[in-house]
Amino acid sequence: MTAALEISRLGYRVPGGASLVEDLSFTVGIGETLVLLGRSGSGKTTTLKLINRLLEPSAGEVRVAGARAADLPVTRLRRRIGYVIQEIGLFPHFTVERNIGLVPTLEGWPPPRVAARVREMLALVGLDAGTFGGRYPHELSGGQRQRVGVARALAADPPLLLLDEPFGALDPITRVELQREFQGLEKRLGKGMVFVTHDVREGLLLGTRIGLMQGGRLTFLGTPDEFRQSEHPEVRAFMAAA
Amino acid sequence: MSLLAFYARNSAEVVGLVGQHVSLVAISTAIALVIGVPLGVLLTRRPALRTPVLGLANVFQTVPSLALFGFLIPLPFIGGIGATTAIVALVVYALLPIVRNTYEGIAGVDPAVREAARGMGMTDWQLLTQVELPLGLGVILAGVRIATVVSVGTATIAAAIGAGGLGVYIFRGVATVDNTLILAGALPAALMAIAADGLLGLAERRLAWRR
Repeated sequence: MTAALEISRLGYRVPGGASLVEDLSFTVGIGETLVLLGRSGSGKTTTLKLINRLLEPSAGEVRVAGARAADLPVTRLRRRIGYVIQEIGLFPHFTVERNIGLVPTLEGWPPPRVAARVREMLALVGLDAGTFGGRYPHELSGGQRQRVGVARALAADPPLLLLDEPFGALDPITRVELQREFQGLEKRLGKGMVFVTHDVREGLLLGTRIGLMQGGRLTFLGTPDEFRQSEHPEVRAFMAAA
Repeated sequence: MSLLAFYARNSAEVVGLVGQHVSLVAISTAIALVIGVPLGVLLTRRPALRTPVLGLANVFQTVPSLALFGFLIPLPFIGGIGATTAIVALVVYALLPIVRNTYEGIAGVDPAVREAARGMGMTDWQLLTQVELPLGLGVILAGVRIATVVSVGTATIAAAIGAGGLGVYIFRGVATVDNTLILAGALPAALMAIAADGLLGLAERRLAWRR
């Protein structure tokens, strides 16, 4: 079976400046969640943006569900990749329904199919379509907004999901709630996911594998158990902080 | 002679001048929109152009209107005596608020919203038409409102170069030291400016998305 994401020797250098990501290689299988852990500025977010080409890699190769990312038109590529960011970025002038139906609509699905898919996605993230479908983002709580963000990313059924600290801005109780729900989703959805966080506990809870980034390089890659037992100094530093 | 009596006796001429005035403002604002909004959008896409374009528009804005009319008269095609010259001058004045507010309206859109839009695979055109312009509409309309109101006032000076409009009464009244005549031009012009401000303000509140 083709992996959801294959990255080989990926690099990114700011034009005329520093190298932010270097020689990065990993694979994310279907049903697998790779957590990218690291301090601020270690290159986690940059890596995500290199995958959906919000930044163009200066070296290496990205394959999404077998297709070379560089060969696809950039809008096609991005519509095959769900993207969730910490600030969520829901369109404030769109209702919840229109926000979730965005990518299917861009892809030209007929409206009844979009509407059915939106209801399905709302149910998936535990929001009642009748209550929330017609609301605007500012009428939602932070947790509800992030649920809508996840639903929007999943709407067009992409094989790969990129999540950039999706629960980072939530209060601790809502965060734990969403982490639990997300664990359930991971099992049911069977997608490849790359989940960026700097919270070790979140990483150990949600990741099938943990990749630790340091100065733009992957310095450790292994299962949560291997991570706990690793002697790597940066891993120890993170474990001490947990 | 009272103002009302003056209007009663010259109703046909008054209607004609009001019509000229409205069309000077409407035509020039429409042209400024057609040039200004795309130019404002261009500035959001080509940041290097921002300073020179806004700077130039600013310079035009500071030229006194009577002087600008004067500069335009000797120019071929766009110059001369009459409405064309006046419209060119009014367009030049209307451009700055429209260009600047289009730029500001789009630049003010939450960067997270823009990143999400791109990240989900919107083309630049879709981002512009479905996200940036609707979200920036309030600020853009505010620019149109300022441009229109300023234009109603500046259009009174157009009479000095033979473009007609309510300025005809004002200049004639000044020349003959006739207060009624001055008022006959100034009052409807002022009312027109207030009405334009009110109507466009209403449109702004109705059409613009807001939290």
